[in-house]
Amino acid sequence: MTMMNSFAFNIPFISIFLAMLTAILTPLIPVKKFANSNKAVLPERVTCFVVALIGVLSAILLFELNGDEPISFRFMMGHFPAPWGNELRAGPLEAFLALAFSISMFLSLTGNFDATAYDVPERRRPFFCVLVNLLMASLLALLYTNDLFTAYVFIEINTIASCAIVTVKQGGKSVRAALRYLVLSMAGSGLILISICILYDVTGHLLMEPMHFAIINLIKNNQYMHPLTVALYLMTVGLAVKSALYPFASWLHDAHGSATNASSSILSGLVLKGHIFLIIKIFCRVFGIDIIHLLRMDTQLLIFGLLGMIMGSVHAIGQTEAKEMVAWSSVAQVGYIFLGIGLNSNAGIAAACLHITIHAMIKPMLFTSVGGLSAAAHHKKGLHDLMGTFYANRWAGLGFIAGACSMMGIPTFAGFASKLSLTMAAFESRAIIWALAALAASSVLNALYYVPAMVVILTPAKNNTPLSLRDISPDRGDETCLPCKGRWPERPEGCLPPVSLSFKLSMSAFLALNFILGLLFMPILRIIERGVSVL
Amino acid sequence: MFEEFKNLWRRFYNWTVGNGPRPENEVIPPEPPPDLPFTRKFELKQSRFHERPLASRYNEWLERKSLHVFSMLYLGMSILTCLLFMALLLSTVADLPSFGDANNPVNNEVIKRYIEKGGAETGAQNIVAGMILDYRAFDTFGESAVLFTAAVSVLMLLGSVRRDSEEEILINLNNAGDGILRRGPPSLLNLKIKTGYTPRIHMFRKNDSILRGVAVMSIPAIILLGLMVIINGHLSPGGGFSGGAILSVAFMLCANAYGFEHVHAFFDEHVFIKLSSTALMIYAVLKGWSFFSGANHIESGIPAGTIGEILSGGLILPLNICVGLIVAGTLYGFYALFSEGEI
Repeated sequence: MTMMNSFAFNIPFISIFLAMLTAILTPLIPVKKFANSNKAVLPERVTCFVVALIGVLSAILLFELNGDEPISFRFMMGHFPAPWGNELRAGPLEAFLALAFSISMFLSLTGNFDATAYDVPERRRPFFCVLVNLLMASLLALLYTNDLFTAYVFIEINTIASCAIVTVKQGGKSVRAALRYLVLSMAGSGLILISICILYDVTGHLLMEPMHFAIINLIKNNQYMHPLTVALYLMTVGLAVKSALYPFASWLHDAHGSATNASSSILSGLVLKGHIFLIIKIFCRVFGIDIIHLLRMDTQLLIFGLLGMIMGSVHAIGQTEAKEMVAWSSVAQVGYIFLGIGLNSNAGIAAACLHITIHAMIKPMLFTSVGGLSAAAHHKKGLHDLMGTFYANRWAGLGFIAGACSMMGIPTFAGFASKLSLTMAAFESRAIIWALAALAASSVLNALYYVPAMVVILTPAKNNTPLSLRDISPDRGDETCLPCKGRWPERPEGCLPPVSLSFKLSMSAFLALNFILGLLFMPILRIIERGVSVL
Repeated sequence: MFEEFKNLWRRFYNWTVGNGPRPENEVIPPEPPPDLPFTRKFELKQSRFHERPLASRYNEWLERKSLHVFSMLYLGMSILTCLLFMALLLSTVADLPSFGDANNPVNNEVIKRYIEKGGAETGAQNIVAGMILDYRAFDTFGESAVLFTAAVSVLMLLGSVRRDSEEEILINLNNAGDGILRRGPPSLLNLKIKTGYTPRIHMFRKNDSILRGVAVMSIPAIILLGLMVIINGHLSPGGGFSGGAILSVAFMLCANAYGFEHVHAFFDEHVFIKLSSTALMIYAVLKGWSFFSGANHIESGIPAGTIGEILSGGLILPLNICVGLIVAGTLYGFYALFSEGEI
């Protein structure tokens, strides 16, 4: 406290309340359209501004905390100290992830202004902004909280808001997807709540540090081992459902595939990550990695992570819709993160956090670029309909190719950095053979669906004769754009809206981040390692 | 040897697709003479069930029974999962500390301070109110925000369809998820399937004199009770959540007895949004100052008051009023949205 700036000390509190107050005030903001702009209404601009402000604040906090000696501090929420009142806690890792989340949220929103304007009815757009702000507030609260029950409350906000942003786009498919998401997510919430009740009953605390000491004492005295084990398993399963670990990921492709692009980007880039970070926090700060190893949770997460890496890609290969394919690829990427957690070492957790960051940048980029390509194909969704769209929207095409290269783990792209650090972390563990085999197999499987997709968007379509790499969607060709009569490259000017400036700027920011994370990942990994060391 | 194996394989293959017993002995029947049109009836050859190829039998079985089998399997698995989960939870509960034991882990310094010093520190006679609105007020702020989130989501989902203009519905139909552009006005059925929109049909309400008579007597009493539970939240059992629920019951009764139009006179969607936002904002600003001053060790300047008086308990009274307004508005809003489709 004495070592740091008193303004920086208040930043966790300020960022959560800033997002919350914006959410509360947004319904009162009049919906005003700006002339000569890309259809963003006032609430959306306010939301983007607040998210950017939170990003700046998080950067200041990170700068303060990431000195020669990493600092972490606790923030008392109210006039009562630790075991009696609520608390926030911040260290370099939390500040870094808050910065990454705000960047990802900002770019997801700005990159998809056009898609949001197309998909979301005008009356729903202020509500959409409210929900996005609530999601931001809940994600920040999940990052900074030091109290399990506060975490649960914000998980609830997160669940409701994320189901609602799937349904902002009207239509039966998104409502069905949101219902499925809601049911599974609620089951997950229930498991988490039961687990918190059991933990409170055997430890008498809800704050993380006192609970940690109580659990160590219980393990030493060999008391309540069965309830502790059950609580850990229920908590992990509950959070795994929400973060789409493989056997529990059946909701993901539907929810992310049928939502509007901004929602898909936010859901896959941020919402999954908030819950995964909570698992990391509970493992490191509530149970401690030795007890996790004692209760054999790490091995199981490792196995499910490896399974997810393979099965997510296998499912993605079978998809015929571009967004569903990208959504299934998230399942594989979540598998990588759980592989890092399952290694159960500081290096493994640091690698998992690096992958959280990188995936939070790359997946929104992929969804945004698929949205841009699909807009160039008259809002058709099939992979085949995207044929040749690279030449209609080169920014989106470049974004898709860079994102796909990153997912395949090609050097200089961001995904390579996290695969490299996961491999390095795996060398210290006994599961090295399995981890290496799964990493290799998963990279090959990633290539099996991303390379054909890249080939499709780069192949110029001529006279409506598709080059068949996958099944042709049956409804192709039964309607055509009247001015251009479906002959795509000969489309006259004005048939498509021009690519907006906000899309270009966001996509170039995404591309820049992709290369920065891929080339200069060592300093970032060092920040994360410092953060993990004081977690 | 190889030939024999090949022969065996061919026989096995022919058996699975349902051809005759021995392909090498099979006699190809001579072609029947062409029938004269309209002079002779065909006798369709009815092959018996076990004579048909395995593949077609399997397909037929799949067509007839698969849904049934799947639903039975699903039911069985659900029951099994529930039973296993129940067994797990019951065995866990059996191992938990016994209820009411003085040596339980939960009877620690946390509970002790809440009970012994709760009144003096928070100024609230009702120590539960002191716990949820002063010691752990951040959680309660989150809970109110959960209600706000739910209200916004439901309003967005159910409230919007009715007010969307015809064109907007058309646009929504056009991107109904399959990416196919549709032109022309949608039929009513299509409209209903795609958006859940049905033209509003006012339900005919009888002038139910018994209901109205009871309502006119009980609504003032219910409102008074709700206000009392909210305002006395720091003194007696109750508080914002329970008082707000009671208040919303008065509105629901009014809507049922006299029709939703009467509630509309003072409570519609705009009032609902403004009320929820304003109440939650007051909560956030008041409690935000309290959090900020507490963490930075600044004197908050909020008087705790004398225990037992109506103006005591620091921020608990205004916070209870805010929570009560949010809960009352949200519960009535849900009721109106789900039963009537609009607030």
